[in-house]
Amino acid sequence: MTTRARQRYLSDNPRFLAWVFMSPTVIYILALVGFPFVLAIIYAFTDITTGNPAIEFVGFDTIRAVLADPVFRRALGNTFWFAVVSNLLVVILATALAELLTRDFKGKWFVRFLILLPWVAPVSLATITWLWTLDSIFSPIDWVLRQVGLISENMFWLGRPQLAMGSVIAVQVWRIAPLAAVIVMAGLTAIPNDINDAVAVDGAGPWRRLFQVTIPLLAPIIAVAVLFGVILTISDMSVVFVLTRGGPTHSTQVLSTWAFFKGIEGGALGQGAAVALFLFPVLVGITAVILRLARRREVL
Amino acid sequence: MRPTWEQTDITELRRKSRRRHRLGRLGIYVTALFFGFLAVFPFSWALISMFKQSSDLYVKDNNPFWFNEAPTLEHLRLLFFETNYLTFVRNSVLVGLAVTLITLAFALPTAYALARLRLRWGERMGIAIFLVYLIPPTLLFIPMTRVVNTLGLQETLWSLIVVYPTITIPISSWLLMGYFKGIPMDIEEQAMVDGYSRLGAVSRVVLPLILPGVIAVIVFAFTLSAHEFIYALAFNKSSAVKTIATGVPTELVRGDVFFWQSLQAAVILVAIPIALLFNAFLDRFISGFTMGAVKG
Repeated sequence: MTTRARQRYLSDNPRFLAWVFMSPTVIYILALVGFPFVLAIIYAFTDITTGNPAIEFVGFDTIRAVLADPVFRRALGNTFWFAVVSNLLVVILATALAELLTRDFKGKWFVRFLILLPWVAPVSLATITWLWTLDSIFSPIDWVLRQVGLISENMFWLGRPQLAMGSVIAVQVWRIAPLAAVIVMAGLTAIPNDINDAVAVDGAGPWRRLFQVTIPLLAPIIAVAVLFGVILTISDMSVVFVLTRGGPTHSTQVLSTWAFFKGIEGGALGQGAAVALFLFPVLVGITAVILRLARRREVL
Repeated sequence: MRPTWEQTDITELRRKSRRRHRLGRLGIYVTALFFGFLAVFPFSWALISMFKQSSDLYVKDNNPFWFNEAPTLEHLRLLFFETNYLTFVRNSVLVGLAVTLITLAFALPTAYALARLRLRWGERMGIAIFLVYLIPPTLLFIPMTRVVNTLGLQETLWSLIVVYPTITIPISSWLLMGYFKGIPMDIEEQAMVDGYSRLGAVSRVVLPLILPGVIAVIVFAFTLSAHEFIYALAFNKSSAVKTIATGVPTELVRGDVFFWQSLQAAVILVAIPIALLFNAFLDRFISGFTMGAVKG
């Protein structure tokens, strides 16, 4: 009774308040994330289309049909390789960028803004500038290469399978490296200066310092940057959609674009959902690692 | 008196280290310029293109980085008065504002409950909400289209206003939870001793203290909804309800005809302000985004 008496308002009761405060978010997320997620799994076991939206289970038929499609296999492979190659490059670039941005120099805030621009600008719009930069006829890169005499004919950056894949990877690297750099930078500033000073006094040069002190200390942070980089590359659709629409002849198709073309433009909702679900195991794996790293960090 | 060997050695050393220092500084500026150039290159090409006359731009051997003919504002006029660009901008702003309001309405109480009410399942709940943020729209957009159709929201801005908070609420709750935890409980308890109810204490004492965090969350909710692409592409196909992220790439390219200058202008005019806004709050975003794995 005494506790009751002290709580003059119902809103002072923590349990009541928690219930009132939490339930809207929980209900909203269950309805608009949980439910669609379950629906995605259900879809993958039906042959639902926009023309026939009744849910009739067909077992693994839809998934088998998806797997048998050579374009899907191409998309799966591309998703994997695009993620691996671009994130390798991202790590190298991000470490260099982070080293740069932790130094003091004039006009640093401006350089920082320029470097972050690719990530803070909306992806689909930023990719349009690349679409124009890699234009088959008027690409300024081709113009420079022609002037220097390296090429006589244009490169067709987005028109040839190998080059198109390279271009997609390059744009992903360009877009994600700044984010990774900021993450690594936060890690760099957390390394106490005494360690670097002590090692310098002991006679280690800058390279030795980089490889034997900075990089080992940074490893967990770099891992976090890579994990987010992988999530961003495998779940992104706008770069491929805007640059190549998966072409030429599906050579840059990835799971997200293929799910879109199948499910939304082609109307094969079941197959589209099944294609997208192939991302899920990867996401779960990455998430588990992130959680682990984050927890270990808290203990430190 | 002749300088001893020690003194010459020291001046020599000093000169050496100064030279090395200067070289190091030069290296930093060169690297900074190099990376800055790489990052900004396509944007600068877009910026130049948007003012070029067609008779200048569409000549293969003209220097692309130079105005071979006088710059023109014609393409901006075209963009503003003969395309749906302003509609897209308006749509994005409306959606962004609505999403921001909804996000705050849901995330503030949730974050407060997670940070303050000492719930038994509080920590696990917080992590669960953060994990929702890692489920990308790519995974959900097909069934989500069905949900939106069932609710009768397709081809309206409401579809985006209702769905975007699934992206913004989790990350915002997580960030705000951190900010609430940063305010000592004593402050709140003191306010309650002084006669405020719990809600009064929160709204009059705690909220003003975390105002910078709230502003950061407002910026993120707005910019994240301006960035979003897949849902907007899947739900809304008529140009009256497209956003800048989808309208510009799909509408300003008509069949095979690219209005390159207007297209680039459309990008520059929106991307730069959004980028500036986001940039100003980026560090806060990163530390929340990485779930405290990175402590800024």
